[in-house]
Amino acid sequence: MKFRNSSPPLAYGDFPWVFAGALATTLPHAGHQPLWVTAMAASLFLWAFLRWQKQAAPPVRWLLVALVVAVCGAVLLQYRTLFGRDAGVALLVLFSALKLLELKTRRDAVAAVTLGYFLLLTHYFDAQGIPTAIGLLVAATLLTATLIRIHGGPLLKPLPTLRFAAVLMVQAVPFMLVLYLLFPRISGPLWGLPQDAHAGRSGLSDQMAPGSIANLAMSGEIAFRVRFPGRPPERNRLYWRGPVLDSYDGKNWRALPPMGGAPQLTFRSPALAYESTVEPHGRRWLLALDAPGALPSNFGLSSTLTATIREPLIQRQRFSLSAHLEYAFNVEEDQRVRERNLQLPARTNPQARALAESWRQALPDPAQRIDKALALFANGGFAYTLTPPLLGEQPMDDFLFSTKRGFCEHFASAFVFLMRASGIPARVVTGYQGGELNPVDKFLVVRQSDAHAWAEVWLAEKGWVRVDPTAVVSPERIGEGITAALPEGEPLPAAIQLRSDWLRDVRFRWEAMNNAWNQYVLGYNTERQRDLLSRMGFPDADWRNLAALLAAACATLFILVAAWAVLQRPRRDPVQRLWDIALHRLRRSGVNSAPWETPNHLLNRVEAELPQWAPAFTEVVSAYLDARYGPGPADLNRLRAAVARLPRWRTL
Amino acid sequence: MFEELKRRLFRWQSDGIAPLKLSQRRIYILPTRAGLLFAVMLLAMLTGAINYNLALGHALVFLLFGLAMSGLVHTFRNLYGLSIAPGRCIPCYAGEQAIFPLLLANDSDRPRPTLRLRANKANEAAQCSLAPHETRSVQIGIQATHRGWLALPRVRLETVYPLGLFVAWSYLQPEMRVLVYPRPEITPLPPEAAIHAAGEYRGDVGQEDFSGFRPRQPADPLRHVAWKASARLGGSDTLLVKQFSGGAASDLCLDWLATPDHASAEQRIAWLAGWVVAAAAERRRFSLRLPGHEIPTDEGDGQMHRCLEALALFEP
Repeated sequence: MKFRNSSPPLAYGDFPWVFAGALATTLPHAGHQPLWVTAMAASLFLWAFLRWQKQAAPPVRWLLVALVVAVCGAVLLQYRTLFGRDAGVALLVLFSALKLLELKTRRDAVAAVTLGYFLLLTHYFDAQGIPTAIGLLVAATLLTATLIRIHGGPLLKPLPTLRFAAVLMVQAVPFMLVLYLLFPRISGPLWGLPQDAHAGRSGLSDQMAPGSIANLAMSGEIAFRVRFPGRPPERNRLYWRGPVLDSYDGKNWRALPPMGGAPQLTFRSPALAYESTVEPHGRRWLLALDAPGALPSNFGLSSTLTATIREPLIQRQRFSLSAHLEYAFNVEEDQRVRERNLQLPARTNPQARALAESWRQALPDPAQRIDKALALFANGGFAYTLTPPLLGEQPMDDFLFSTKRGFCEHFASAFVFLMRASGIPARVVTGYQGGELNPVDKFLVVRQSDAHAWAEVWLAEKGWVRVDPTAVVSPERIGEGITAALPEGEPLPAAIQLRSDWLRDVRFRWEAMNNAWNQYVLGYNTERQRDLLSRMGFPDADWRNLAALLAAACATLFILVAAWAVLQRPRRDPVQRLWDIALHRLRRSGVNSAPWETPNHLLNRVEAELPQWAPAFTEVVSAYLDARYGPGPADLNRLRAAVARLPRWRTL
Repeated sequence: MFEELKRRLFRWQSDGIAPLKLSQRRIYILPTRAGLLFAVMLLAMLTGAINYNLALGHALVFLLFGLAMSGLVHTFRNLYGLSIAPGRCIPCYAGEQAIFPLLLANDSDRPRPTLRLRANKANEAAQCSLAPHETRSVQIGIQATHRGWLALPRVRLETVYPLGLFVAWSYLQPEMRVLVYPRPEITPLPPEAAIHAAGEYRGDVGQEDFSGFRPRQPADPLRHVAWKASARLGGSDTLLVKQFSGGAASDLCLDWLATPDHASAEQRIAWLAGWVVAAAAERRRFSLRLPGHEIPTDEGDGQMHRCLEALALFEP
């Protein structure tokens, strides 16, 4: 039986286009999906290709059905579901390959291309950077060219087809811009995201073991970017507070459940506003500059002064924050908190305890004990290194009295240990310190390599005071950054080791470009949209205004594009145009010419009917015939001059 | 409405060489099934982009929407400004395809690929692509079933180029008609004896020279049957008719009255048409006599077409 609306068969030469489109949309997934999916898709592609080469019919229906069932079964086995992000992508990739296998009619090809467009979206799960955007733009153009090709017939040549596809894409850009700016943005997921929506990220954690921050420091990845309205503060004042660790078990530092009320802050310097764009780290802390000022309502401030958000940070997000660099924190501290920050595991590190005990005996003022400890770090032959020697069963004793080489976490934890042992409440604060100002876009870039640990001690009438023992051991680390602080030959990643050459400049530019992309393209959200609209003169636009505005903008654009299409006049032959002007002038004077009339025949009639025009028109005819049929390039000037000599209006 | 239609038809008739130019008023445009599928896909993609908060996903959906919009305009443009002029129709016989040539002229600088023309759903669509500044004749075939004038029904000119997401179409109703000759029933020419009128100046030459028998055809009157010879065949169904030679040079008069009057009018016209074709094929001089209409003796293709036209339009 023949279907009423049967689709025309696909031309032999169209197949490579559909094939290329499917390949361009599925191949980039090869790196993310399980190997068997790639292998299965590749063999289906190969089968489809061979079938096309032999011009064989598609496999019989039951075989295709069996393949679909097999594909679904395999995906179900792998992911335990057919939905969800990764399972869905694997299914789409395999169906795309299956569709090629049964490619027969134009409708099949259109379905394959539509599937390809859909697959484009799935690439953004993995990356939304500039290279991905460009790559997918190319793939979309290829798919569009495929559509043009299958509807335009086999006479279209590849290059003009691609060029036309590019023209269509360029014409689509204004629509995209208008919709991107004005389409009402709905934030947050519409339904619960599957478990696999967001993969693990690197960053600080809520515990610290020897070497954990040193490991983090090996990464040149960007943790967050900050923009200050004016000049950023001095580098040595930039302490970005992460989790505060207050429990020590002899090896690891951990964060305990919060205790005590909200932090009591007294600000001693004006608020410093800034905007921070934090890369996703899967945790709830904001990494705010110490001490955070007034926070928006949906943020929280823990009792240890760590700014937090409600949900773990799984998307790059921008926060408007403020900080007060001079502050007093919890001058009145809860007794339980003070006691908690004096706890040390019993019977460990006897040497260190003895040293601290001797300080307590000799120095009644806690500030003196702090100075004593700092002096020990400054003058005790300590060295700052990323690759410290391993510590034994009594790590503080080993570090303080024998190895004396360590990274910031060693100094911080040894300092806190000494303080607690000498009777001063103290704790470890982790976070980031410093940052690098990108001269291109003036953003301060804070990397994982800026991860840092410092100490905080509680002093009566002063509250919690920051003490950074690393600054004593290696002032360069705090003043200039890790690259300057570490001796030559330390195994830093190449990205942050660039000291001062043109590569560094290239990196600045590339990162500034990425940042601009993140800030203005990817970071365009509900707030930015509202901001834009209010600047356009729609101060409190709700979705109804927005929809109306959007419709109006789209309609205007559409009319513009349509007008462009309709009003475009064909380019005319200049000789013909001049001749038409001459005929038009003749017509005004009453000599109509028929389309089939030759110039010489017309000339004869002019001589008879309008003799006073004959000399001028003779020259026009001669110049026209010469331009049109004579050898060499057309002499347009002569014809133009001749036509100009024809009277404009009827002459008597 | 009738006036409007007449005006349009009048323009076609009076100004045959002036082509009709498709303007925006005559072009309709709607999404195709593929276009609807595309829209559903865009909605699904938008939902995904919102759910996973993909900024570039939004951008991709909006870009594809813009692509569809620009595809719409290009589909429209593929028809807009196209000139269509009716071509010259050639008569055909009933039972054949009547061919209506339409001249499609593209006077723009861009090609107009894959234009499809179709007179009605049953007929196969004619397809053509026009290069820039190309004029091409597209033939629309319509099955001719009855003799007489066959008018070109409303023609749908459509295109889905470039993306296949939208179909733009226009209805053309050129005043074009094809003369459909009667379906000729090929049958041997009648014996001269039946052609009394021709005998005025030629006599009964040819009727004298008996050349043999041939099986009787339905167009042979019963009185020409050679009954004795037929009887000798021994009761088979075939009747024989005497055949005479020597008529080759003589004029024929193909007369309505020479056909059996018990047959239907259409059948008689079919026999007469068959005689006309046969006579022209034998390069004979012949005339045609129909009730109330007579075409004088002449020869050649011109005579054949004159006679066939008379038969096509004859109303008994």
